[in-house]
Amino acid sequence: MPEIKPGSRFASSVCTTEIIIVKGFGDCDLCCGGAGMEAPGAPRDERTPSPQAAEGTQMGKRYVDAAETIEVLCVKPGDGSLGIGNVLLKLKDAKPLPASD
Amino acid sequence: MNIMMLLEMAANGFGERVAVGSHTGGLTFQQLYDRAGAAAGRFRADGVTAVAMVDVSSVALPISLFGAAWANLPFVPLNYRLSNDELSRQGERIAPAVAIADPSAVGRLIGLGGVEVLNRSDLLDSIVDAPVPEAGWEILGEGTAVLLFTSGTTGEPKAAVLRHRHLVSYILGSVEFMSAGEDEAALVSVPPYHVAGIAAILSNVYAGRRIVQLPTFDAAVWIDLVRTEEVTSAMVVPTMLAQIVERLDAEGPSGMGLPSLRTLSYGGGKMPRPTIERALQLLEHTAFVNAYGLTETSSTVALLGPVDHRDALASDELSVRARLGSAGRPLPNIEVSIRDENGSEVAIGSPGEVWVRGDQVSGEYEGLPSQLTAAGWFPTRDGGWMDDAGFLHVTGRIDDVIVKGGQNVSPGEIEDVLVRHPEVADAAAIGLPDTHWGERIVAAVVRAYESQVTAEELQEAVRTELRSNRTPDHVEFVEALPYGDTGKLLRRVLRADLAHLGDGSTL
Repeated sequence: MPEIKPGSRFASSVCTTEIIIVKGFGDCDLCCGGAGMEAPGAPRDERTPSPQAAEGTQMGKRYVDAAETIEVLCVKPGDGSLGIGNVLLKLKDAKPLPASD
Repeated sequence: MNIMMLLEMAANGFGERVAVGSHTGGLTFQQLYDRAGAAAGRFRADGVTAVAMVDVSSVALPISLFGAAWANLPFVPLNYRLSNDELSRQGERIAPAVAIADPSAVGRLIGLGGVEVLNRSDLLDSIVDAPVPEAGWEILGEGTAVLLFTSGTTGEPKAAVLRHRHLVSYILGSVEFMSAGEDEAALVSVPPYHVAGIAAILSNVYAGRRIVQLPTFDAAVWIDLVRTEEVTSAMVVPTMLAQIVERLDAEGPSGMGLPSLRTLSYGGGKMPRPTIERALQLLEHTAFVNAYGLTETSSTVALLGPVDHRDALASDELSVRARLGSAGRPLPNIEVSIRDENGSEVAIGSPGEVWVRGDQVSGEYEGLPSQLTAAGWFPTRDGGWMDDAGFLHVTGRIDDVIVKGGQNVSPGEIEDVLVRHPEVADAAAIGLPDTHWGERIVAAVVRAYESQVTAEELQEAVRTELRSNRTPDHVEFVEALPYGDTGKLLRRVLRADLAHLGDGSTL
């Protein structure tokens, strides 16, 4: 099980998704498309996302677990859905703020 | 989390969009990424520990900011208006460094020990089509991204440390990736050494908004750029807005206005009420945003949004109208608490010191222990209070509070009354030594054009609106008030200029 901390980066082993951890520490069964995520650059296998985790990820969106103790940022989109084990992460609601800079 | 991650995402997500410059001929996000990489290669080869910049805004600014991050070096924009002495002292503090300079500053830096001077145009020429190194930036974000010298009230300026994780937290918490439309453009007229100048680059890169730069502020050029570049958002400091309003007023009702400008944000100092009210009237289709923040908090921590502005302007209720002068509500990832001298939270509506907490808050200066409390709060040294709807009202620097006869008097409330007077163009209140009262209140006033208003009339105006202990003991008429180039009133300078009006025996 990989160890996560803010800034660390993971890639899906079954699709093109890549994420960066924004919040969360420790061992975590981080999955994408139903399969464990790996360090970026690791060889991808031939599998495709499992049908239970195939809604896809969107570039620049943040995903959180129910308790919001873990938050990840999608830096490359793909076909799989993110999850901790079998539990899917949900898209974080973002309240739009007016441009201030 | 490194600020390079923001640019990498922009290059991957919308690499062909123009990032900086004109519609035609500007640099795309992919080009900005490539040039930052090439610049990083150059910075690293120089064997330095920091990348400084003594220059106005140009395309070299985002390239160097990201290039330094790519090379794992802090970026240190210095104030090009500093005297040679001040500049050398700050240069010594960051040496060995490479300093990017515009041609006029190059001469001032030559001979500075440990500082290698790099002419802006030489840098820009050398990175066109130069090799882009492998991405090698530190990903956790502990490193220093930006070092900003703040104007200290006494002694040498302190250098605020903004780590990558602070700046990235600010961006992730306040900007949605690619939230800008392809037609959007932001006009940046604050200098590189102001935290808002850095924040503007990061926010607009992440939002995918084209950046148009104005190197030296001039209201006529600013208005012209908004029109020709079809600028949709801009950030200004109060003195800039005052000049823009004056200029638009002079164009009269037949003027073109600024139809492309959807959002105008302001901050960096207290906005005089007459200026913002007039701006709201002149630019009725523009959404106004007041952003409150400090260098040490990675820019904005509270916002007064467009609807709040219009609601306040339209309201008959004094407490709602007063929100026009407020800093609005804290950002979603920021907590604000008002504390007394002992650090205890005060009741809603009571004045105290503004404390802030959040992942973007650094509260750290180079060479000094962290200024954060054990619970992570940063005491800002700004005075303020919170109203019952959660709006933060900032009254000014605590160190500027006048203590007269044991009573605390905030200069801001006196200044508010004075600048609303039709015969006053500008005003500032300061405390000067007084044997009997400890401090006496002195108001420095710039009369409106051709006005002959007297000191007694102005004292009476303050007395009618505020408690009598707020009345200035003396009103001094001056030609102009001293402002820094980013619009901050220089109270120290004013106090020194008017020192003769204090009670000499206590000086």
